[in-house]
Parts: sequence; structure tokens; C-alpha cells
Amino acid sequence: MIPASFEYQAPKTLDEALRLVERHGDEAKLLAGGHSLLPLMKLRLATPRYVIDIGHLRGMSYIREENGQIAIGALTTHTEIEQSALLASKCPLLPETAAQIGDVQVRNRGTIGGSLAHADPGADYPAAILALDAEIIAANTSGTRTIPARDFFVDMLTTQLHPGEILTQIRIAPRRAQSGAAYEKLHQPASGFAIVGVAANVLLGEGGKTIEQAAIGITGLSARAFRAEAVERALSGKHISEKVIEDASRNGAEGVEPLSDLHASGEYRREMARVFTRRAVARAIVAARGDA
Amino acid sequence: MTTRFIGKPLKRKEDPRLIQGLSHYVDDLNLAGMHYAAFLRSPYAHANIRSVDLSKARRASGVVLALSGTDIDGAIQPVPCAAQIPDMKSGARPVLARDRVRFVGESVAVLVASDRYAARDALDLIEVDYEPLTPIVNPEKAIAKGAAPLHAGQKDNVAFKWELEGGDLKAAFKAADKVIKQRIVNQRVIPVPIETRGVLADYQPGEGQLTVWSSTQIPHLLRTQIASMLNFPETLVHVVAPEVGGGFGTKLNVYPEEAIVAYLAIQLGKPVKWSESRRENFQATIHGRDQIDDLEVAIKRDGTILGLRCRVIADLGAYYQLLTPLIPTLTGLMMTGCYKIPAARMEITGVFTNKMATDAYRGAGRPEATYLIERVMDLVAAELKKGPVEVRRKNFPQPKDFPYATPTGLIYDSGDYQKALDMALKVADYKKLRQEQAKLRKEERYMGIGISTYVEICGMGPSSAMPAGGWESATVRVEPTGRVSVMTGSSPHGQGQETTFAQMGADVLGIDPSQVQVVHGDTSVVPYGIGTFGSRATAVGGTAVYKSLQKVKEKLARIAAHIVGSDPERMVFANRKIFAKQSPKKSVAFGQAVSAAYVAKTLPAEMEPGLEATTFFEPTNFTYPFGTHICVVEIDAETGDVKLVRYVAVDDCGNVINPLLVEGQVQGGIVQSVGQALFEEAVYDEQGQLITGELMDYALPRASDMCWIEAARTVTPTPVNPLGVKGVGEAGTIAATPALAGAVADALAPFGVHHVDMPFKREKIWQVMSKNRRRVQ
Repeated sequence: MIPASFEYQAPKTLDEALRLVERHGDEAKLLAGGHSLLPLMKLRLATPRYVIDIGHLRGMSYIREENGQIAIGALTTHTEIEQSALLASKCPLLPETAAQIGDVQVRNRGTIGGSLAHADPGADYPAAILALDAEIIAANTSGTRTIPARDFFVDMLTTQLHPGEILTQIRIAPRRAQSGAAYEKLHQPASGFAIVGVAANVLLGEGGKTIEQAAIGITGLSARAFRAEAVERALSGKHISEKVIEDASRNGAEGVEPLSDLHASGEYRREMARVFTRRAVARAIVAARGDA
Repeated sequence: MTTRFIGKPLKRKEDPRLIQGLSHYVDDLNLAGMHYAAFLRSPYAHANIRSVDLSKARRASGVVLALSGTDIDGAIQPVPCAAQIPDMKSGARPVLARDRVRFVGESVAVLVASDRYAARDALDLIEVDYEPLTPIVNPEKAIAKGAAPLHAGQKDNVAFKWELEGGDLKAAFKAADKVIKQRIVNQRVIPVPIETRGVLADYQPGEGQLTVWSSTQIPHLLRTQIASMLNFPETLVHVVAPEVGGGFGTKLNVYPEEAIVAYLAIQLGKPVKWSESRRENFQATIHGRDQIDDLEVAIKRDGTILGLRCRVIADLGAYYQLLTPLIPTLTGLMMTGCYKIPAARMEITGVFTNKMATDAYRGAGRPEATYLIERVMDLVAAELKKGPVEVRRKNFPQPKDFPYATPTGLIYDSGDYQKALDMALKVADYKKLRQEQAKLRKEERYMGIGISTYVEICGMGPSSAMPAGGWESATVRVEPTGRVSVMTGSSPHGQGQETTFAQMGADVLGIDPSQVQVVHGDTSVVPYGIGTFGSRATAVGGTAVYKSLQKVKEKLARIAAHIVGSDPERMVFANRKIFAKQSPKKSVAFGQAVSAAYVAKTLPAEMEPGLEATTFFEPTNFTYPFGTHICVVEIDAETGDVKLVRYVAVDDCGNVINPLLVEGQVQGGIVQSVGQALFEEAVYDEQGQLITGELMDYALPRASDMCWIEAARTVTPTPVNPLGVKGVGEAGTIAATPALAGAVADALAPFGVHHVDMPFKREKIWQVMSKNRRRVQ
């Protein structure tokens, strides 16, 4: 790789990193796992003057319980999430999603914070983060703030993060009894990104016959990952049947403008949103019933 | 000769260094004072160059030299093309474009700097004034009336027309019960060896010696060509192919960068290195396939094929590389496949377009031929509502028909096509597969079974049928310590001949393979050779090794017989001893006989000292491996996703030196074919931009895309060489795409569809299934 020249900085603390980000503004790029930034720099599509390597920050890679929530440090790798015993029992959707990202090398280097902050339209985590109603914690030199996942993704490669902010943590509520989740993905065969990826998180009623709540996050379909509210409405409070799931899934692409590219037309993506929504919801229900 | 090692699955001698990363590729080589070259490449597919301004780049820090096409005009001859087709037009590629660029990625300038970052940065300082021209991307539009010619002084974009006809085609079509017509497209693909190209050149002005390390499959031919292109004495050019990380035909070529980097080293008196980026490899290293075939088949109601006519449009790209025009003609020679088709005709139109050149890609013209004829067999079966096995069987030549003469003028050496087919059907349990398919169809699940019975042409030689020699060389030298050096003109780059030739040396001389060192790729060490391509290294190169081993063995037998007082004809070589057959006590150690050859005090009268023999082996014919592949897929009707369920490969490559390596070659070839069938396609947009220009957009097959390959073999030795070996490097790529295509078409049969063009991308299949859903139930 022969990028344009840049100044490399490797802060050791978050405060130091935040000061650098504040000082350099648009001229700086944060480097975490590097899987989005480095390919762009290799092709000189990105030519940052400063590369701030936050990979050396201490205490930013963890998965732990805090005040009844699960907290994940931004520098936690996909592999760490995939293999976490805590997540396997308290939030299995996230390891299931992590396991479908890229390949082993990508998962060993890539971080959840990097992936979310980059907001690639085909990234996998956004679907899960949305379906889990996660909270994203961002810091700047004057403090931290909490951004709900449903507000976080703004447009292609654009999030609610402000200049000078660093994404530091993801918070997720542990799964409830009678709930289940699943991530179903059609991958682009070259890059492994999602052409369409659907994360379904359902809470069933007593006896597992009805859906009380459904949260559906969809990635890949459009410029930004989103909550498929029309699907959620069509499922919530319904008696579970194949027809209910099938009918609800038809709304997967409602109100969004599907992407169209070399790998999939908008028409195909729209149809795949239906298929993969149905598959994800059906499997989430099976997971929820398995808990009963 | 007792065969203790030949035929055994020895692990490769090459692997420990490769697995541990201890091997040296071009980019691993570093010389004192080394500088780096970088090429500025055209962003336009078609444009006039008004001017190239290098002044800023020349002033940039670290830059020592910058040159445009005008600067080197006349100093370096264009890229050579060895193929000769009557009346073909000029398509010579200048090493740097001067007046006009004709594909995205064509070099317009080169510069050299003290490090590779400085070189890359300085490229951005070169100012080129382009006048964009309308790109010609589609080959049919390229030859339509009114299309502007790419090359000045030519009236159109037809590079050549080539025709081949055998048998009475008119009579065949007259006697036909039916004529089937079909267009099939064999899409352009990018070969993608893991190691991209790279060149390092060093010039010693005192000695006048030029050394070029290049990632090549043809070190000797490259040496000759560099000497010719630079008008430099060939005797002073030394070419080394170090470890080469895959070629697939892309490195069976001579590229501008090889000549230019050598030229720069001479100009500067400094070593110069260039390493190709992946993007450069996609844009400016040869592509493969790219044929449109319009077929007409004359058949009888019983399934007999009477005649085959094929009009081919071959998209050559903008210029000729080494063998560009030759590749589609191989499709013509093999168009009748493994069938007794009495009359056949192919008309090829080679077309210039604003794209990278096509050339030999693993299989080189033969995968296209097999794809064509195997699609024909399936279409005939569908038309007549017969089974694909039945139609193939009906048209096979019988074992007694060999050597079999085709209407295209070839003589197939040996074959038993029936036997390989029967074995494949048995391994696959074909009847049961068909029952399972019928059951699944009732459940609206779409399983397809594809069959490919193939024959291919390899063991490339004889010279009479090759553009630049079809022989191969080998020198065997037993060193004074008793170790054996095998210097081969072949240039293995993954094929494993360091192991297989050592197995041969060990068996012929009665020693251990660990005592045999195979040396290749260095023009100062090994005799002039042709190189590794066309599945020829064992059949031709291996035979040269075998003959040289025999010569050395004969001499050793005479020395040993002289020492023990016996008859040289009766000496046996085993367990590092040479002894008389009738009285084994009359024995000398292998090392003792070797030593005698060098100490030269006890040699038979008139015998020369030393222990070395060279052979230049000229084969009498090509070899023709064959076999049957059966592929089972299941298609997800909701997504169009094609999943491999089973793959059975029965290949016959004649005798086998190392079955482990044969299986490895078969597996690799099949996987590469799966890539072409399911994913791969070099897509140029209307502006001639390669939009599948990197691995994020160009999908290669992965382990998770494969199923287990059930491999088996039949053995039908060739009479063409004393080893009875045919070659297996390309068989997998040649056999597999039609098996996959057949399986997909078979799965789609309930939708009334009998042919879909590759690649079988999910959306394409989904479209076919949704559009035709209710037509047939």
C-alpha cells in the first residue's frame, strides 16, 4: 500500500485523542481496525493530513455488565464480540451478526466502533444495533452524550457524530425472557458486505402464540440502515402465523429508496428485503420459543 | 526400473518454504542502491495524447528519471506477438503510448525515484493533455458499419478472420432431421494470480551484464525478447524467474514493464524495481476468454450429431500480447470435443476494442471449446427429450477408434471416454440423483445435475504446431558428492515439478528423492527452454528429464560394470547401489561410481569424464486428456442463489507421477471454473472503465462456495511420450464450467429454460425464475 503522505499520531489516552481530533478537525482521520480507512487511502480516495491511531488507547476494548446494561467498548473487535460468553447469553444477536462480517482476518482487526462510525451502507452491525435499540456513547473534550441507535445513522457514510467526537461505547439492554432475535443476510460475493441484511428482535406473548413487540433493523437496502417500522406494526400484537409473517415482510422496503449497483438492482434488493425479513422474523420467533 | 516413488503421493518439496513464508518472490529481492519505477496509466479508454508534461515530476524530491512515450520512441520495440494468422492486421502494443491511448490502464509515462512512495507521489505531478475519443467497448458494435477503427491506417476493427472446416458440412445440414441454433457467451474474466507481476533489473556497465528478475512462466523466451526489444546482446542478458506465485497464463507473456524496467536500469546504471499493484494487475495484465459463439447444429432424431457450424466473435482488446490471436483458434481445433462429429466449421472474427488484451488464461481456448460443445450436447438432449448421458454416449468414438482423427485436423492419441463416463456415473450414483431430483421438484425445490464429458489438447508441442518451439530441455548432472541436479527448461510456478522430477530421478537412479534437486527459472543455470504453460511441463519437460536421466544412468552402468567386471546391460540401480542382476554381490555404491566419473582414473577406455547429459525433447504429437465431471447444484428459488451440492470428477491424464499433485491440480482447476461460472466477469462500462476493478467488486471463489470434490481417475497412457503422461494443469478449468452450466440449466428446466449465459449471478437466475415461474409446472 502506497498512500499519500500523512502524519501519524498514536495517542495513549482518550483525552489525548479527543484533543487531537479537536485540533485537527477535517484534516484528521481516526484509525481503529483500519478496514474502511486503509483501502480508501490505498487508492488515494482518502488523503488525510493526520491519521490518529486510536488502536493504542487503553481501556476501550471490553464487554461487561454495567447498571443492568451491557457495555461494549468501541475498540472491541468483531472476533471478541463473536466469541463473548456474556453476549452469547445476554445478547446473542450481536455475536451472530459479528460472525457474518467479512472473513477471519477482518474480524480479528475490525472494531465495532469503527464499523458504526464509518456507517457503510452494507455494514452488518447497524441492522443489529437498530433492532436492539442500542445506545451509542460519544465523547468530546467537554463530555459525553448518548445517541439512540435509531437516530444515529443519517445517510451513506454519515452519522450523528459531530466533528471532534469519538464513539466510545455501545450500550445494550440484555434480552428479556420470551424474546428472540436473528440476523439474515445476503452477502455480496466479493466484499462480503450485505446486499440486504435483516436483524429481527421479537418479544412473544405468554405461551409464545403472539408477537408483543417486534424491532426490525435493515441494512444494505438503502443509503442508511433503518428500522422497518411498517413491518414492526404489521407484526406487533398479531397471532403468529406464516401468513402474518409473510404479509408483514412485504413492507420491508416500504418508504425507502433502494440502492442499485453492479451487484444488485433496486428491484432485486427490494425483493430480497422481503425474503430476508421473513427469514429473520421466522428464526427470531423460533429463538424466542426456544427460551420458553 | 522399479517404481518406489513414481505414482506415490509424496508431499511437495516446495511446500515447507512456501508455508513458512521463506520463499523469495521478485518483491522480496532487494539490491544496494535500488530505485523504484512507477507507471502513469491512462484514465481514458480511448483518447489522443496532445502532450505529456513531465517537468514538475522531474523536479520532485527523489525522482531521478521520467520518460514519456516520445522520449523512448525507437529505443524499445513494441510488445512481441508470436502468433501468425494469414492477413492479420497490425495490433502491436507500444511499450508506452505516444499519440493515442486505447485502454484504461495503458501506460503513458514512467518515472524512477529513490523510494516507492516518492515514485508514486510524483505520478500525480505529471500533466497529460488528453483529447477523449469515443470508446469502442462492445465487440459487435466495433465491427458494425461506420465504427471508427482503433488503429490508424486500418479500415475497420477486424483484426483477423480465421476459418477452419472439415468434412462435408453442406451434406450434414442437408441430411439433418433438425437444426438447433443457439448463441452462447463465454464472458471475459480476470485471472488474478495471488502474486501480481513484478520486475527487478540490474545492469553492470563494466561487464555489460543485464540481469532481470521477473515473475514469469517463460524466462528464456523473455530473455530473447528483452534482447530483441532493447537491441541488446542476448548473451549478456540473464533472466531469473524466482518464486512465482501463480501465473494461470498471465505470465506466459512479455509485458512493456519488463522491457522498460530493464531499459531504465541500463540508462541509470542502478537497479530498478517495479511491483504491480492489484489495480494495475486488473487493468493491465491479460484477461481471459471473451467469446460470443453463434452455433448451428445438424442432428438426427436418434441424437446423432452430423455437423456443427460456429461463428465466433473474439474480443481481443486493443492490442496483441504474445499469443492473443492464437487463443480462439484453439477453440476451433477442439470444437468437436470428444464426439464423432463428421463435419465442422468455425469462422472466427478477431475484434479490436478499447479494453485490455485477452490471451492465454488457464485452458486458453479449450475451456471455450468444451463449454461450446457441452452446451450443444445438453441442448440436443433437451430438444430430443433424451438424457444428457445418452446423447453423449451415442456420439463417443470407441476405444478401437484411436488414434482418432477429427474433422478439425487433430489426431487424438488415446482414449476410453465410455470408461470415464461409467466411473463418474457410478461414483455419483446417477440414477439415485435423478430420483432425488424428481422428488425435490415436487416440493418445488430446484436441484440440477450437469454432466461434462471432455477431451482437451495439451502437452504443448510438437514444434510444427507451435508459434515458438514445442520442445523442452533438461540437463541432469550427478555432482561429485552423488547429489543429482536436474536443470529443467520448464518453469514451474505452483505445479510441483521440484517434487515430481525428483521422484523420477530417484526411481531411475535408485536413490532417494531428497538427493535430487530440481533447478529451474534461471537462464544462466538451465539450458534454453520453452517454459511452463499448456499443461506441458511433465509431458514434454518431464520426458526431457527422463531421457537425460537415462543417459546418465547408462554411463553410470558402464562405469559400475567396468569396476565390478560385469556387463553394463545387466546393471541394476537400487538402494543407492549399482549391481549386476545375476550376481548382486558384484556391486558398487552409487557414490563410488559417481566419484569414478569425476576422479577419472578407472574409467572404461575412451569414456569422457564427468556425469552430465542434456536432452532437447521434441514430442510427435499433443496429448489429449479426457474425463467426465458431474456437478449437482440446488438453486434457492427466492434468491437465485446457486449452491454446489456435489461434484464428481473423473479425470484421465494418462500415467501419474504423483497422485496428490494431480488431485491438487484438478481441485484448483475446478474451483477456478466455479469462479467463472458463478461470479467472475470483467465488466467494462460504456466509457470503457473497468468497473470490476478490484477484489471488493470482483468475486473470486472461496472455500465456503465449494462442496467436497469427489475425485477419481481412469488411466489411459499416451503413446506420445515414454512416460505415458498427458498433463493435468488445465483439465479442471476445461471440464468444470460446462458441468456447472449444465447443472444450472437442468435445475431451471421446469421453467422452460435450457440455456443461461455465465456468470450465474443470483439476480440473473432470480430473474429467469420469476419471469418464467408459471410457464411450466
